[in-house]
Amino acid sequence: MSNTAKTQTTPGKPISSRTKVMITRRAEQFGLIVVWFVMIGIFGYLQPDTFLTWANLSTILGSQAVLVVVTLGLLIPLTANDFDLSIAYTMTLSSMLIAVLNVNQGVAIGWAIAAAAIAGLVIGLVNGLLITIFRIHSLIVTLGVGTFLHGLTLWLSDSMTISGISPALINAVIVQRLFGIPLEFYYAIGIALIIWYVLEYTAIGRRILFVGRGREVARLSGINTDRVRIGCLMASGFLGALAGVLYTGTQGAADPVSGVSYQLPAFAAAFLGSTCIVPGRFNPWGTTVAVYFLVTGITGLVFLGVSSFIQEMFYGGALVIAVTLSQLVRGRQEQQF
Amino acid sequence: MIDAATTAPRQQGLPLALLLTGLSKTFGGHRALDEVTLEVAQGEVHGLLGQNGSGKSTLIKVLAGFHAPDPGGKLTVCGADVSLPLASGAFRQHRISFVHQHLGLIPALTVLENMLIGKLAQSRSFAINWRRERQEVARRFETYGVPLDPDATLADLSPVQRALLAIMRATEEMQGGGGSGNGLLVLDEPTPFLPRRDVDQLFGVVRTVVAGGASVIFVSHDVDEVLEITDRATVLRDGRVAGRLVTARSSKQDFIEAIVGRRLAFAERPCAPTIEAPTRLVVSDLTGGTVDRFGLQASQGEVVGLTGLIGSGYDEIPYLLYGARPARGLLRLRDDTLDLAGLSPGEAMRRGIVLIPGDRANAGAIGALPVADNVTMPVLATRFRRWMLDRGGMLRTAHELGQRFDVRPPNPLLPISALSGGNQQKVLLAKWLQQSPRLVLLDEPTQGVDIGARQTVFRHISHAAAAGATVLCASSDYEQLASICSRVLIFSGGRVVASLTGPEITKEAIAERSLGGQAALGGAAA
Repeated sequence: MSNTAKTQTTPGKPISSRTKVMITRRAEQFGLIVVWFVMIGIFGYLQPDTFLTWANLSTILGSQAVLVVVTLGLLIPLTANDFDLSIAYTMTLSSMLIAVLNVNQGVAIGWAIAAAAIAGLVIGLVNGLLITIFRIHSLIVTLGVGTFLHGLTLWLSDSMTISGISPALINAVIVQRLFGIPLEFYYAIGIALIIWYVLEYTAIGRRILFVGRGREVARLSGINTDRVRIGCLMASGFLGALAGVLYTGTQGAADPVSGVSYQLPAFAAAFLGSTCIVPGRFNPWGTTVAVYFLVTGITGLVFLGVSSFIQEMFYGGALVIAVTLSQLVRGRQEQQF
Repeated sequence: MIDAATTAPRQQGLPLALLLTGLSKTFGGHRALDEVTLEVAQGEVHGLLGQNGSGKSTLIKVLAGFHAPDPGGKLTVCGADVSLPLASGAFRQHRISFVHQHLGLIPALTVLENMLIGKLAQSRSFAINWRRERQEVARRFETYGVPLDPDATLADLSPVQRALLAIMRATEEMQGGGGSGNGLLVLDEPTPFLPRRDVDQLFGVVRTVVAGGASVIFVSHDVDEVLEITDRATVLRDGRVAGRLVTARSSKQDFIEAIVGRRLAFAERPCAPTIEAPTRLVVSDLTGGTVDRFGLQASQGEVVGLTGLIGSGYDEIPYLLYGARPARGLLRLRDDTLDLAGLSPGEAMRRGIVLIPGDRANAGAIGALPVADNVTMPVLATRFRRWMLDRGGMLRTAHELGQRFDVRPPNPLLPISALSGGNQQKVLLAKWLQQSPRLVLLDEPTQGVDIGARQTVFRHISHAAAAGATVLCASSDYEQLASICSRVLIFSGGRVVASLTGPEITKEAIAERSLGGQAALGGAAA
């Protein structure tokens, strides 16, 4: 973080231009947050009784924690310049696995969660091995694996929603609150904190960045690039599964299709997140802000009476705008996918 | 100084093919070009020389319409005023065409298709008459004496054939464009990857081009090539014209002085060959890629040069020994014996082997990341202290290394792509030499590096050797090998065909042996 922030402290440049660079830099870093607050202000002004209530805001913060976790998971392979299109399907499978084990088979919730987490890791491992051994582009591998998982989920559930999840999970995820916000929000923030620490302050995090930005350079610098990439995909698989746990807890049930709708918003948020806080890099805080920015926009518009089709338009538009912005921030370097 | 010698264009009385006057270009406070004048006569090969950062690429980019110059500059093409800035691609309307170092060819397509790229981009007709196009292209190749098959796939072409193809395409675009005059071909460093004999072939084509009345601007680092092919030359230094030379009346020293701005004492020979030192490196039966059963014994502190023509395999040795490409064979370094078949770059690194690759942009440095990150890449593990990467320490190290290796500007937070080629190379030297390696593998260590930084690179290579490393340097730059190596191995067809030691090593001797090896093989085959 400090890297980019300090770049302009080169001595010898005229103060005025340095200040200007500084202001541009700060505007880039915090622009999205400012726009977010402005948006909250506008919706609050228009709908003071419904939108700007603690109940509504805390619901937004809590219920969208699932999307935050999916997006954070995505962020890790993206930093290593790999795509994980299977993450939303991993999430649905994990959710369904918990439901089937817990509700249908009577397995204790703890073991069901552990099974889901292992499934996530295995999916990531398979993705990573296919990508690195056969040198296939991650986009293709994860698209195929994701679609396969979707079919698997439908088979597993007989295309039915399964409800009746153990209340212990529901309690731990959404019922219990801290400062009025469901616990799952804090879980998501905790994960963001861990990812931030790993990416910014550990050698592993630097290696992931090197692999993403210059794979051949990293390889010749003695970094085992295959292992790093597999590790990143396993991390995204694991976080996808974890998102599935939170999703099941939030809904109290598992449904085989609705998780799929998290895919595009997650990509939109990850790219939008790479334009703020640490502009030009995928980063967890930018990502978290981006998720809540997008969700606030949609919720506000729905409160104003716009139909729910606005959701697709908003997410789709946001993805394209976010990528355009991140290209501008990165100085229009060619994107490597 | 030599500015007086601006007369004697080949064809007096004709308007100049190109006249640029008072051209300046400022990049946020930095003046990349300062009141530069460039004149090129018709039928002339005009050299454009200068170190990295002297402004020559900026000048070319202004002509290509890539940069808009500061107001005040004037451009005349064949007597007609052309307003600046040029729109991107507008040069075509003035019979100017470019061959850049990257050639702009598409590997998966055939020669014919590559020839037609530019034409098809502009074409207004709907259908393509392949037969007619093929005949036209074949006729053009014949006229210029270029032995190319229009139906060959680009991937099967040698580097020089590709360069010739790019030049052929540029001449066609030049002649096919609108405007008057005989055209101007800009060759932007087309030769650095070509061995000597191929360069001769390329120069043959250049001479045919100017014989037809067209002009050529030849941008190069290589003073010898400029001496050979150009009629006159303009030398840039720090964005200004440092000299205009008539080639026939100038010596190599004149050129170098104009480029560097001071007389360079030619780098003196490294200390007496350290043959007496104990053998520390033994390579046996190295096979992989083109290389066939390569063996070598070298002592501590020795700098061994590897060279040959392109395709002879010499440039693969560093990558094979580093585990970066599949290889077989054994490597003994002091008391360690390594099986090359299972070697990975990480393992090689831990045994004290380092590789500085030739392809800086893709294999050497991550352009978008700061110098500090690039330089600390191999030592990250040692930077992890008490739960946190020691960022401050990394910066301090990067700063110290920057000073020791004379990196300019001395700001480790700048992205490495903001540095000139020479300074990027210094950063990479710092990155790899900071841990006192035992075996240093170099691939073209001064490619795209200006003359000043070149000396710094040489100095650091000598330091590493003096500190006890064995250095293997693969290079096609014979002068460089002659100045830093105590032994030079010359490759042909994947094998060592000649070895020069001590005083035998001269630029000429290396060139001769490189070609000789090839000739001997050809003779045997015939």
